[in-house]
Amino acid sequence: MKLSKPKVALTHVVLVVFSVCFFMPLLWMLSTAVKPIEETLKTPPIWIPSRLQWDNFPQAIAYHKEELGYLPFLVYARNTIIVTLLAVAGAVLSNAIVAYSFARINWKGKDFFFGVTLATMMIPFPVLMVPTFSLFRYLGWVGTFRPLWVPAFFASAFSIFLLRQFYRTIPMELSEAAKIDGCSEFRIFTDVIIPLSRPALTVVALFTFMGSWNDFLGPLIYLVDQNTFTLSLGLSAYQTQHGGTPWNLLMAASCLVILPVIGVFFVAQKAFIQGIATSGLK
Amino acid sequence: MNSKRDTRIGIVFALPWILGFTIFMLYPVISSFYYSFTNFSVLRSPKWIGGSNYNELMHDEVFIKTLKNTLYYAIGAVPLTTVVAIGLAMLLNTKVKGMALYRTMFFLPTLVPAVALGTLFSWVFNGDYGLLNQILTKLHLPAPNWMGDPSWAKWTLVLISIWGCGQAMIIYLAGLQDVPISLYEAAELDGARIVAKTKNVTLPMLSPVIVFNVIMSIIGAMQIFALPYVMFPGGAPARSTYFFSAYLFDNAFQYQRMGYASAMGWVMFMITLVLTLIALKISERHVHYEGG
Repeated sequence: MKLSKPKVALTHVVLVVFSVCFFMPLLWMLSTAVKPIEETLKTPPIWIPSRLQWDNFPQAIAYHKEELGYLPFLVYARNTIIVTLLAVAGAVLSNAIVAYSFARINWKGKDFFFGVTLATMMIPFPVLMVPTFSLFRYLGWVGTFRPLWVPAFFASAFSIFLLRQFYRTIPMELSEAAKIDGCSEFRIFTDVIIPLSRPALTVVALFTFMGSWNDFLGPLIYLVDQNTFTLSLGLSAYQTQHGGTPWNLLMAASCLVILPVIGVFFVAQKAFIQGIATSGLK
Repeated sequence: MNSKRDTRIGIVFALPWILGFTIFMLYPVISSFYYSFTNFSVLRSPKWIGGSNYNELMHDEVFIKTLKNTLYYAIGAVPLTTVVAIGLAMLLNTKVKGMALYRTMFFLPTLVPAVALGTLFSWVFNGDYGLLNQILTKLHLPAPNWMGDPSWAKWTLVLISIWGCGQAMIIYLAGLQDVPISLYEAAELDGARIVAKTKNVTLPMLSPVIVFNVIMSIIGAMQIFALPYVMFPGGAPARSTYFFSAYLFDNAFQYQRMGYASAMGWVMFMITLVLTLIALKISERHVHYEGG
């Protein structure tokens, strides 16, 4: 649509107002993270601290070190990284191969099963919560990381859908040519389809990374000891348990939790946005 | 072609999901249905008690309260985020300069984990020294006690939901970019102005995407958990932010009433299903699917 000049100006005004609203809390978080404690609760708010107190970050990392006997933030970070990496690896491997079956092999009952697969996206997680917990308890996995990453190795409806859409855009002739050359279905998958599907696989990796890094309910259900907590869970413990973690340290810790996600977003921005756009069942 | 062999290979390739579907979807759905008719906890194996759980739910005031809270939240948040997301997407689709920058600004907040979001916003919305009220006071607008007043607390969460509309906005924007320009040109030839173009071209062309997104956000809103858990411990004030998922979680893991929690889960499932069907039914009359 072409707009007249005043309308363009008006569009910018509205967009800027919204951008400010969307961005201000993040900026506030960042500014508080480097403030001395006296300046955190001032009226009117102090946006630019009188001095940049970088020391807040090491202090946030070491918060409650004496009581616990370890650096809690680093332990949470290590736990989160372990769970996230395993989940990402599992999701990429399993979804890549399952989506191949749905997109490029003709088998009986495939369409029906694919429909059922899409329908499972409508099942609210709380319905599954109790039986899944009982199952993991029966296996003796409560208190370990396994409930948080093992399911990723069994694919998920959303990622299957996303990858299947992508695989279907790759011409079938490529597979047929490879078949004539004597390639097995598995060879076609590993040598033809996988190399062509990097962007889509990146998207699955990104979404799994975010979901796993930010997951709160899963760790809340399955993790028991504080030294097994992930960052999400640890951060909420920072806020609630000790009643009165200083705001500037809390915000410094929050910044550190968000940083990797934002970093990954900027590195892979294009893939991210494309992935979300394709996931809208266009 | 040799479809028997293909079927075998196809099933082998799909095996991770066939197992995953069976173990992590089919089995939990069926067994939670069974559990919902039992008395069951970590310490006790399930004991059949018929429809007692459902009967008790109907008379459980806390349950009814959480159900009302959740519906209230969904009715507030789903339309609001949908309108804001479509509105922003339409503004960005006018090919404004700096589109990518704006898009990034709107999307960034969706990357923030709910716990960090809750920590941050419990401060922004604080009634006494919160950022929002300081701004409102300066503008001579009323500054309600967002988090302490039961009639405002839910609205706090509804307002925060706007902050998460970035993902939907990107989907809408992609949908808008697919609308053929020729349609707008034709509308312009007919003398249509912006409102008419929006009503007769943009929204109908976007309608399938809207339906999908609205359904997904209904499902999401019905499950709201982490944000209130962090911002309003125990559903304070006066249980006005005690939601369905939190009560279910408490029944399952605090009160050790897993059968009761399963019954709640099934009620939630049914409500979500009914809402989805209503959304589909309403949309049937309005949705335009390209190519029939």
